[in-house]
Amino acid sequence: MTEAATHLSDVRQFHPRAHAALDNPQIRANFRKAMDGLMDKRRNAFAEWDLETLRTLGANVRQQALANLPDLLEQLEKKLTTNGIQVHWARSGDEACEVIRDICVARNAKRVIKGKSMVSEEMELNHYLEEQGIEALESDLGEYIVQLAEETPSHIIMPAIHKNTGEISDLLHEKTGTDRSHDVNYLTASARQQLREKFMQADVGISGVNFAVAETGTLCLVENEGNGRMTTTVPPCHIAVTGIEKVVGTLDDAAALLALLTRSATGQHITTYFNMISRPRQPEEFDGPEAVHLVLVDNGRSSIYQDDQLLDTLRCIRCGACMNHCPVYTRIGGHAYGTTYPGPIGKILMPHLLGLDATRDLPSASSLCGACGEVCPVRIPIPDLLVRLRRESVDGDRVHESRVRGHGLKRSTWEALAWKGWQWLHVRPTLYRLGTAMGARLRRLQPTTAGAWTRYRTSPRLAPRTLHQQLRERQTGSTGAIPARQRGASQ
Amino acid sequence: MTDAIRLYPAKPPKVYFYGTCLIDLFYPDAGLAGIQLLEREGIEVVYPQDQTCCGQPAYTSGYHDEARAVAAAQLDLFPGDWPIVVPSGSCGGMMRKHYPDLFADTPQAEAATEVAGRVWELTDFLLNVCHIKLQDLGEPTTVALHTSCSARREMGIAEVGPALLSQLQNVTLVTQQRAEECCGFGGTFAVRHPEISAAMVDDKVQAMEDAGAPAFVTTDCGCLMNIAGYAEKAARPLTGEHIVSFLWKRVSLQPGNGGSAR
Repeated sequence: MTEAATHLSDVRQFHPRAHAALDNPQIRANFRKAMDGLMDKRRNAFAEWDLETLRTLGANVRQQALANLPDLLEQLEKKLTTNGIQVHWARSGDEACEVIRDICVARNAKRVIKGKSMVSEEMELNHYLEEQGIEALESDLGEYIVQLAEETPSHIIMPAIHKNTGEISDLLHEKTGTDRSHDVNYLTASARQQLREKFMQADVGISGVNFAVAETGTLCLVENEGNGRMTTTVPPCHIAVTGIEKVVGTLDDAAALLALLTRSATGQHITTYFNMISRPRQPEEFDGPEAVHLVLVDNGRSSIYQDDQLLDTLRCIRCGACMNHCPVYTRIGGHAYGTTYPGPIGKILMPHLLGLDATRDLPSASSLCGACGEVCPVRIPIPDLLVRLRRESVDGDRVHESRVRGHGLKRSTWEALAWKGWQWLHVRPTLYRLGTAMGARLRRLQPTTAGAWTRYRTSPRLAPRTLHQQLRERQTGSTGAIPARQRGASQ
Repeated sequence: MTDAIRLYPAKPPKVYFYGTCLIDLFYPDAGLAGIQLLEREGIEVVYPQDQTCCGQPAYTSGYHDEARAVAAAQLDLFPGDWPIVVPSGSCGGMMRKHYPDLFADTPQAEAATEVAGRVWELTDFLLNVCHIKLQDLGEPTTVALHTSCSARREMGIAEVGPALLSQLQNVTLVTQQRAEECCGFGGTFAVRHPEISAAMVDDKVQAMEDAGAPAFVTTDCGCLMNIAGYAEKAARPLTGEHIVSFLWKRVSLQPGNGGSAR
């Protein structure tokens, strides 16, 4: 719980962290370059596809799965159990950590090797296992780098994207004695060498899940490095951990999502590895784990599920396209958010996991440009959900009630009063015309500063006469036509 | 987003003009230019004098009760069955896309949806409903175009600006790098997160200058006051104006009368 408290205070420091990132040319350059590359790759990967139709298909698959979520989860549990995979349910991240600890303790396991799993980041699993005296080593290269640096992932697909080759070389040198090099292949080979031994020694492998197929009881895992396959096949026990929303009905559903996921995420038509796990090692088989577990984590998801609009958040397949295309994320990077999931998806997901009080600056940290919603492979209306959360954070709607934990805490008396004043003037057209005409007449008194706006910009100047005034004169025929000087004559 | 295909109506004899509060106070010339372009197409333009603001600033700030009260005051301004033309993708997007959500579960839901269905962005209306033909009378000039995010993504009219500008034979339209990226305005975002917003607009100004544009035109006054205001404060040479002000100048000038994009 103290952990949760630290995490919480971290999230609240959004502004100072964002400013620090903006002032860091290395961070700015690393993210800009990486995001430009990812946007290009995605564009090229979809070039020959009817992307909009495919996105509609993806949205439908996820919507259908969510509509049938309770049934699909039951079906999945039944099928997996029949196949010999043990299913565990966890209400919270802490509960999920305990389930995993219990499995490890029962096997007397001391060494865990991990494939990439954002849910395990959400649970802060590594930290927990360490406290229990169990070593947990990340085997995804990016996660491995982040773990060595004692950091958290800055991107959900590319955890170490905030570092360039030079920084990674320095880190590997310092932590593992690898010779300094700018040769990416050399650095990768060196990390691979170190990890290979760890795979052989591990008692348990822990992985995430991209899609859990209810019909067949298949756990699908998308990866590029082969570490996912090693994690799920080399150690004698495999524990998969995932959110309850990751279930889909059929293998066809998974195929549609896979086509969207890899192209949206890294611009690949298919990843190097696509693992489909359906049972532990059978008596006649030579390899694979003797025991396979699936831990299904709720951690706030079922409360999102209760709301017809917020429900769309759970469609997410964790491709990261929203952050790759986000002009805010591109400039401040993932760590500024202070949350497990950064970027647009983080802004709509984390308020549910941590409460709107802790994430108070996240929903507003968007220009609502819509780039995220435009590229989302499952059509999550992210900008609309941001507006919804803004409304909830100030309890701004008497017709539609607030539901998210911590709602209303951002409402400030002076801001509420300012909007009331704004409303008062704008529902009184006569007063509005009078006031704006007066403003236009007294325009020379217009202040040249306007708060944060004029910190970086000049203030727009009030026109000598409002459009209302000019058109009223025209309509009443005082001039009969638009004066010549407004006809666009050159100055 | 712009998932549904929208059918353009036949050119009507009459339209309502919703000027927007920014144009009313700061850029009335853009409003006049838009009205004159419509009139030139033989359309009678009605400007309801009781219009104030579409309600968007409060809406995107989360103050939906206040937004709804102000938006409700606009719903009664368009009693006839004529299209409502708005010289802004952003205000147009608010009325067209968000009014139905804002008024959901309220007595005005039906009226809001009906009004939303008649809203058109001005340049889209000129190109695709009026089938406007522009004859360029200005001197050769070069501009960049910034299509606002709401015009691009909510109203789905990214092709309209280039199509209109391409009719002007003396205007060279340059394409800046990352043209589809936000300029950093975002309404109250610019004051709630001024440093992030400034980083975005700085890149936008740089991209336009790198493309060789001395000036830019845009569909939205929010972006205009952000980009031009940033350039002015930073003493950068880039200037900007609303695209309809620019179009009107180009077609209404006497030949040889100068065609500065300032």
